[in-house]
Amino acid sequence: MIKIVHMHVNGTDVELGVDEGESLTDTLRNRLGLTSVKKGCEAGECGACTILLDGKSVNSCIYLTVWADGHTILTVEGLQRNPGELHPVQQAFVDEAAVQCGFCTPGLIMTGVEIANSGETYTREELRELISGHLCRCTGYENILNALEKVVGKK
Amino acid sequence: MYDIRKTYSASSVSEALRLLLENDGATIISGGTDVMIRLKERKLKQAVLISIANITELKGIAVRENGDIAIGAGTTFDEIYRSEIIRECVPALAFAANQVGSPQIRHVATIGGNICNGAVSADGVPVLLAYDSCLEIAGVSGIRTQTLSGFHTGPGKVNLDQSSELLTTIVIPRAEYEGYFAAYYKFGQRNAMEIATLGCAVCLRLSADKKSIDELRIAVSVAAPTPLRCRKTEARLRGAPLTNQTIAALRKGVLSEVQPRDSWRASRQLRLQLAKELSERAFRQALETAGGEIV
Repeated sequence: MIKIVHMHVNGTDVELGVDEGESLTDTLRNRLGLTSVKKGCEAGECGACTILLDGKSVNSCIYLTVWADGHTILTVEGLQRNPGELHPVQQAFVDEAAVQCGFCTPGLIMTGVEIANSGETYTREELRELISGHLCRCTGYENILNALEKVVGKK
Repeated sequence: MYDIRKTYSASSVSEALRLLLENDGATIISGGTDVMIRLKERKLKQAVLISIANITELKGIAVRENGDIAIGAGTTFDEIYRSEIIRECVPALAFAANQVGSPQIRHVATIGGNICNGAVSADGVPVLLAYDSCLEIAGVSGIRTQTLSGFHTGPGKVNLDQSSELLTTIVIPRAEYEGYFAAYYKFGQRNAMEIATLGCAVCLRLSADKKSIDELRIAVSVAAPTPLRCRKTEARLRGAPLTNQTIAALRKGVLSEVQPRDSWRASRQLRLQLAKELSERAFRQALETAGGEIV
């Protein structure tokens, strides 16, 4: 059945009619064109679909859109500030060459934004644990951790 | 697209119970990290889902007037991990909560779901078993309480009438945690996003002179069709001195009480080895936090 959902997505209020069985990943990609939200395992294991729901990282593939009614969502598209200017987490990923094929990158960026927004500092080992919900098959994670260390500051 | 016929969102326990009664075969869902996987694997079809994620009375951790710790069934693992009350009174539970899945999973997955899902590998269960926790379950005729020990009746099966009952609260009684020290060890093939190959929680209280075991509880997961308390070993070691002989008896005792099976995740032999090893490690760690020493 179709349900009307109200969400605050990347700074804009949206009203959508969605099927009750629709995942938040599908709604964000197919109805709102936010294709930074990747479809990887679709079982909550790889983290490619990670978005921030009320500031917290969530696997949007196993989250129904109807549950997001009344909530705030942030994806990589919502990080854009002035034209051509990257978010500090994105810039750090570029500077540290933390991107190879790029498929895991949007999800990792969102977890990176969550970590940066916490305002705390972390050890490399703690950062490793904080990104443990993401699979990257290219980089071996080292450059990703270098990038995150640059943004959050070392403990 | 998930195979969902209808979704409801309850705003109170009574509304959730009413929706359960009105919808035959409906499934209670909160974080959804288990139920959505069952839907994806088509083990659950044409689902009618009743979300309890918006019920505020099911959320949060509080110390009751009598000193009991009450954890709302809808409390997420992330909230448990961060809770000052949990870190202060039952730190092993904070540790165990942080062993579940990944940060993204822990932001939505709840302790109540972890228990009611009935998985023999649930990370939330061994520590709660070792603290002799109780469950408060709401039904049409009011609230009933039962011990967590005995709640699991088989793989994926729990003593809950899924058509009319709802787990509301997990209670760790003051008498079961005050003066106790616990530790949880989990073995998995990797450090994150991993289902336990075997898990063991040990909770103990030492005698006043810290020279012997006053009270001991051992809980093991993935070592039998349900999470298990090793009651014979617990009884045998009550009053035992803190010696290497006691640890040898602990290993032998646990080994005699577990009944692990071969699965694609691990062999029975590996699990038997893990039961011995993890029970010793959890015991030693609990002992260390309790301020005891092996002599």
